Amino acid sequence: MSNLSSTERSTAPASPLLSVKQLRVDLPVAKGTLHAVRGIDFHVERGEMLCLVGESGCGKSMTSLALMGLLPRKAQINADCLNFDGIDLLTMTEHERSNLRGARMAMIFQEPMTALNPAYTLGNQLCEALRRHQRVSRKAAHDRAVYLLERVGISAAAERMRQYPHQLSGGLRQRVMIAMALMCEPDLIIADEPTTALDVTIQAQILHLLRDLQQEFGTAVIFITHDLGVVARIADRVAVMYAGEVIETASAQALFKTPSHPYTQGLLRCIPSPGKTPPGSRLQAIPGVVPSLVGKLHGCAFCNRCDQADEICQTTPPLHPIASGHSARCHFAHPLASSAQINTPEVVS
Amino acid sequence: MSSPSTVTNSSDPLALELCSLSKTFTLGGGMLHKSRTLQAVKDVSLRVPQGQVMGLVGESGCGKSTLAKMLLGLTSPSSGDVLINGKAIANANQKALARHIQPIFQDPYSSLNPRQRIAQIVGLPLRIHAIGTPKEQAVKVDEMLEMVGLPKRAAQQYPGQMSGGQRQRVAIARALIMRPDLVICDEPTSALDVSVQAQILNLLLDLKDEFGLTYLFISHDLAVVEHLADRLAVMYLGQIVEEGTREQIFTAPRHPYTQALLASALTPEPDLGVPDIGLGAGQPDPSRPPSGCAFHPRCPMAQPECSQQAPALSALDQATPKSNQVRVACHFS
Repeated sequence: MSNLSSTERSTAPASPLLSVKQLRVDLPVAKGTLHAVRGIDFHVERGEMLCLVGESGCGKSMTSLALMGLLPRKAQINADCLNFDGIDLLTMTEHERSNLRGARMAMIFQEPMTALNPAYTLGNQLCEALRRHQRVSRKAAHDRAVYLLERVGISAAAERMRQYPHQLSGGLRQRVMIAMALMCEPDLIIADEPTTALDVTIQAQILHLLRDLQQEFGTAVIFITHDLGVVARIADRVAVMYAGEVIETASAQALFKTPSHPYTQGLLRCIPSPGKTPPGSRLQAIPGVVPSLVGKLHGCAFCNRCDQADEICQTTPPLHPIASGHSARCHFAHPLASSAQINTPEVVS
Repeated sequence: MSSPSTVTNSSDPLALELCSLSKTFTLGGGMLHKSRTLQAVKDVSLRVPQGQVMGLVGESGCGKSTLAKMLLGLTSPSSGDVLINGKAIANANQKALARHIQPIFQDPYSSLNPRQRIAQIVGLPLRIHAIGTPKEQAVKVDEMLEMVGLPKRAAQQYPGQMSGGQRQRVAIARALIMRPDLVICDEPTSALDVSVQAQILNLLLDLKDEFGLTYLFISHDLAVVEHLADRLAVMYLGQIVEEGTREQIFTAPRHPYTQALLASALTPEPDLGVPDIGLGAGQPDPSRPPSGCAFHPRCPMAQPECSQQAPALSALDQATPKSNQVRVACHFS
């Protein structure tokens, strides 16, 4: 399936929209090389909502920038396969890349105030997104912008077109960003923490909107977040990242019902859950901190914080399949391992 | 309602009492522009008994942080009084006030001086208040660092060498070294990762028992507030719209805004999907508050009278003692 040489648009409906194999992103820093993304595999089906979840520094934003071709200039990107709808993203020129960006893959950023240009009206920016990629008249671009602003729930859309970003609240700006991402009807939208800067009531409204539009337009979305509550409510599939690796992938249902990696299990225990955690009781925390990604990491990246860690964890665990579509990067996540684990005598000092 | 931690007698001493506290800011006003007023906090009355955790929730711009600043004496109220341990702070000097009330801020990256060592940062309150000799101060700092779970070597480090969670521990150590009675926690965990957040919340709970602290816990994360708070006040556009015990508010919220807030809290339950909370899109501009009930333009239950008359925050059941009352500001509660 990884026909690297093919640059034509594939017609086979079965192939995923995006497939990523062994993606690595390295950044030179003062003390050596920071391995921000350390060989991750995932794929996105057409019209699917995939959540990339993890804590700060786990490489989720670097992954999204790598897919968009927006990495900092010093960053080194490597992959066995980075295939978007039959197009090999790795061998593309910057010019080809910028034709793709906005047209077939679009991005929604966390802070809409910094992503919108303060010196141009919303109408200008929305129409530019379309006219940069398609030969359409000003009138047609304007009409589509007004239509999308109305679709994202902005009232008096025609008047808003003449306004500047600072005249809008944070929630409205994020709606404009969503409308802008949809201008060219892309196949893939990468949303990097799009609701983190918003209030909870606005967050619920924006998520609702994103979910509705995604289903209506059949757009695939990679939704990047650190909030497990958001993940549970919107994801079709989830990839949990830790220290630059994908450590567990599963459907949203499976991930929350049967989390298999100790890190995922720990994360879920960390959040106070109404009705389950008695108020005022101690929460289960994950001890320790994320390892530094500068230089080589040996063995399982989570083993220094893991309560199940064993001698075997000094070796790098493979991604064990657990069930169909569910796998975890842990030596003990193997379906046969749990029984084996009980039989093996304690080896830890 | 029956859990012992939330039932208090009205005779219980209050750590903090706010009486009709208001703060008005003047905006703009140049040669050609008329100035406008922004009422950031409007007639807020609140009683926090000693040893309790009062949660304060609300969205950005609702006046939570202005309220916290007034309590800390960083800005003076336009009207109304703040009483700490029964004494008004209006005329107290800043130094005396700092012995009773201390803040923990949201962002441990900007609240610590990057050019001072941790020992200096944590020991600064002791030096300002001239408590003990330098040697005694150093011992106290070491004790405090140990209590917040930092290793000894942390004392000689700079904030830049620490992770977010460790920095927040430093901020907590600095707040508690004077043994205050009341700590204002202004979103203490929202800048932290989930796995670290749990460590800090546990620490705050442990220290509360250890020192008998009272917390005013400001947050927008309802799951965290539900976990920590004994009582809860919900603010909207500078006013408290509902106040009651944790059980009362989380099991039977009365105000439509509280109901919407609770509905929009996303718990990790994949079967529930994204809630449709049925609020209008527009958050109002605090400098142009709507007439009548401030919430009426977004309220799904709004009636014509809501745009004319502002509802008062009143107790539902006058017979219950003050400390167990639910107060709601809605015509239909």
